[in-house]
Amino acid sequence: MGCIENLNYEMILPLGASFRECREYVENNFLEFWYVDPGYRLFDEYIVGLPPIALGIDSTKIVFPYTKPCHGTYLLAIEDADEAARVRKTARKKK
Amino acid sequence: MTDIPATPDRTLIVLGCPEAPAQQALAFHVAHNLRMRGAGVLIAGNPSVLSLLKVSDPEKHYVTDTMVFEKCIAEVVGKKRDCDLCVVFAHNDAAIAYAATMRHLLPERRLVVIVFGKDPGPLADEINFPCEKIIDKAVHNPMQLRKKIDEVFGWAA
Repeated sequence: MGCIENLNYEMILPLGASFRECREYVENNFLEFWYVDPGYRLFDEYIVGLPPIALGIDSTKIVFPYTKPCHGTYLLAIEDADEAARVRKTARKKK
Repeated sequence: MTDIPATPDRTLIVLGCPEAPAQQALAFHVAHNLRMRGAGVLIAGNPSVLSLLKVSDPEKHYVTDTMVFEKCIAEVVGKKRDCDLCVVFAHNDAAIAYAATMRHLLPERRLVVIVFGKDPGPLADEINFPCEKIIDKAVHNPMQLRKKIDEVFGWAA
């Protein structure tokens, strides 16, 4: 998983979640969520997937889908105040 | 999609997980046919799939240029890389995500998604973005899917 593997992440949805499931989970379980498109950079990785990609934020925790080619998509959460602030500045509210 | 030449100058082939053996044979087939027609071909994928290609083709008869997918995405996002044709091999959900990403990043380019594996129908149904789809139930035997690929690209004898 590149550098994300080296970060202290929490797995929110298990492997094999679809992109729609990840998006719906974020929309239904987080008061604050943002949308980005594929190619958006997060934690030095380029996020891939079916747009729009929903990112949830809970204070300084970011929830996002991450895809591994042989396994599928995880929904992960990583605590990072700076990255959360950057998402708030660069992502959009509307799908 | 605009100004797509019959034989694309620059082709990007994106490979998914190497779990299905048909993928590698067909990747060589597509790369070989494009290169025979004068196209430049770059193959992107994860390190394992690229290693399989390199070990299978040590003298680079079929595949000359490869790149790890993440680096390829970075170059496309940074406008350092473009192509006329993008071919994505997809036999799981992750590869559909790759195809969707390429569609978003290269909205004007020809995108062909080759959907295969044990149950390609539901996978193909996940594709809700504009592209050409080639669908076949291929895991080990590439022959039927090769025929369909040849028809789409005009390589059928």
